[in-house]
Amino acid sequence: MSKISRRIFLLAGLLTAGFAQAQLSIEITGAGANRIPVAIADFAGDPTLARIVVGTARADLERSGLFKMIDASGATLDENSPVDHAAWRSRGADALAAGSLVRLPDGRIEARFRLNDTQKAVALGGAAYVTNNAQLRLAGHRIADFIYEKLTGEPGVFSTRIAYVVKSRGQYLLQIADADGQGAATALTSSEPIISPVWSPDGGRLAYVSFEKKKPVIYVHTLSTGHRHIVANFKGSNSAPAWSPDGNRLAVVLSKDGNSQIYSVNVDGSGLRRLTQSAGIDTEPRFAADGTSIFFTSDRGGSPQIYRVDAGGGAAQRVTFEGSYNVSPRPSPDGRSLAFITRREGRFQLAIMDLASRQVQVLTDSNKDESPSFAPNSRMILIATEVGGRGLLSAVSSDGRIKQRLSVSAGDVREPAWGPFIK
Amino acid sequence: MKKLLIPALLAVMVAACSTTPLPEDNNAPVENRTGGSNTGVAPVVAGDLDASGLPRELTDPKSQLAQRSIYFDLDKYEVKGDYQALVAAHAKYLVANKGFKVLIQGNTDERGSREYNLSLGQKRADAVKRALILLGVKEDQIESVSLGEEKPKNPGHDEAAYAENRRADILYRAPDGRGEF
Repeated sequence: MSKISRRIFLLAGLLTAGFAQAQLSIEITGAGANRIPVAIADFAGDPTLARIVVGTARADLERSGLFKMIDASGATLDENSPVDHAAWRSRGADALAAGSLVRLPDGRIEARFRLNDTQKAVALGGAAYVTNNAQLRLAGHRIADFIYEKLTGEPGVFSTRIAYVVKSRGQYLLQIADADGQGAATALTSSEPIISPVWSPDGGRLAYVSFEKKKPVIYVHTLSTGHRHIVANFKGSNSAPAWSPDGNRLAVVLSKDGNSQIYSVNVDGSGLRRLTQSAGIDTEPRFAADGTSIFFTSDRGGSPQIYRVDAGGGAAQRVTFEGSYNVSPRPSPDGRSLAFITRREGRFQLAIMDLASRQVQVLTDSNKDESPSFAPNSRMILIATEVGGRGLLSAVSSDGRIKQRLSVSAGDVREPAWGPFIK
Repeated sequence: MKKLLIPALLAVMVAACSTTPLPEDNNAPVENRTGGSNTGVAPVVAGDLDASGLPRELTDPKSQLAQRSIYFDLDKYEVKGDYQALVAAHAKYLVANKGFKVLIQGNTDERGSREYNLSLGQKRADAVKRALILLGVKEDQIESVSLGEEKPKNPGHDEAAYAENRRADILYRAPDGRGEF
């Protein structure tokens, strides 16, 4: 596997200094072995706007590690231009996208495009996305998602968003950015720690733990309005929220009755129900994708290991057995695997278990991986890790081959959470 | 809990410390003299308070009660034998001064899961709380919370820093509400 080590700095010049310091930059440190060669022609229409859309889509596909972008500069093609399939084949492209930007009477912009299979000399499909100037990059992400899905058979995640916490100059910032780290916006600023953000299944809200009341309290925060309410503020600590797949309930961890134990509660804080009963620590609940069971961490067997319990409570089954420290279970959205953090010889690394075979594979060789979070297509896992004493995020493909690093220039990034597909 | 007999000796030493004359502070408000304690022999006397409003007995580095930290082994939340004497000294003080409250903050090193560490810190704080209660301290005098790995005392990333951060701290509050939390 060749190390690409290409650094992509994005839009830094357009941002104010204060904003730029919290901007993520991405470095690719690995790529898939067989990348699909794709060309995206320069789109017709306003060249400045077209460059933003096309540039975003090209960067998305390149960064995914699954595509090799074939240089198409100098070729401006719209979605209806005749395609010289043989010529693009000889340039090395298996697929070619072409399109145009059209300004609509209401001032918005329509990005239209068509994807062609140059091998079979057929059109694979096309789409049109209407957007405004501020959302042009989203149109690019949508086009990249379309191409990704047509060529790999799986939905793309370029138009999804991520949440994470930046610690900088004694402040904690809960930020939301596009999956490529662009367009970071701060949802919450606090002088006390913020941990464990998780996205609601509809992508509109975050649940998280804030220490702003000098103790851990669980909040639900609507991103569009900034409205937030307390879900759990009992005696002791309130932490580790996890949404049920239907978005109606949260699994939470409370120490109100002594040890940290798992409860479930309605999103408005009503209907509290205890799910686990142990003499030790039970924490980090996560619903399986089908909502019928909950994975969690417990030290009931003497060391922290991952267990599984029915969503309504009951007896728990142990899931991990290798090693003395397996924590932070994250079932994949496709229901096939479980990502978690394992300690091996004092190093904390991302591992993945195939739930059918129970086979475990360690995916990283780092020292301090934490807080894994699956992309909604189950293809990549976002983790917090540490390089040179500084916290940064890393995205690792679930086969371990593709690795990307996301860091901010001034501060630690931690607690990543990959959002759901945008409807 | 068998080892808890040993600290009786240390408690005697603490008592000895508290009888040594301390510098007068003539500006101390008179109403602090009783400090709300109803033991009749409250160790809080005018001129015996430090800047935080606590008796110097609790803050003077020469006093055992100024030692507020209990350290833990990796992954563990049992109070080690080395700290039973210290816990017993604090228990003795709290039993004699029922108007005083303590906040026990549990901490962990930065490695591993933040959420697991939050629970581990709670277990450490609760272990100290339980030890105090077994020695006669009233439960309503004690609150235990966890800071997990979020508030490291030593910001370093080496074994020495980790050892320093695997810790429970005892913070005091006087009956008049003044103190450390």
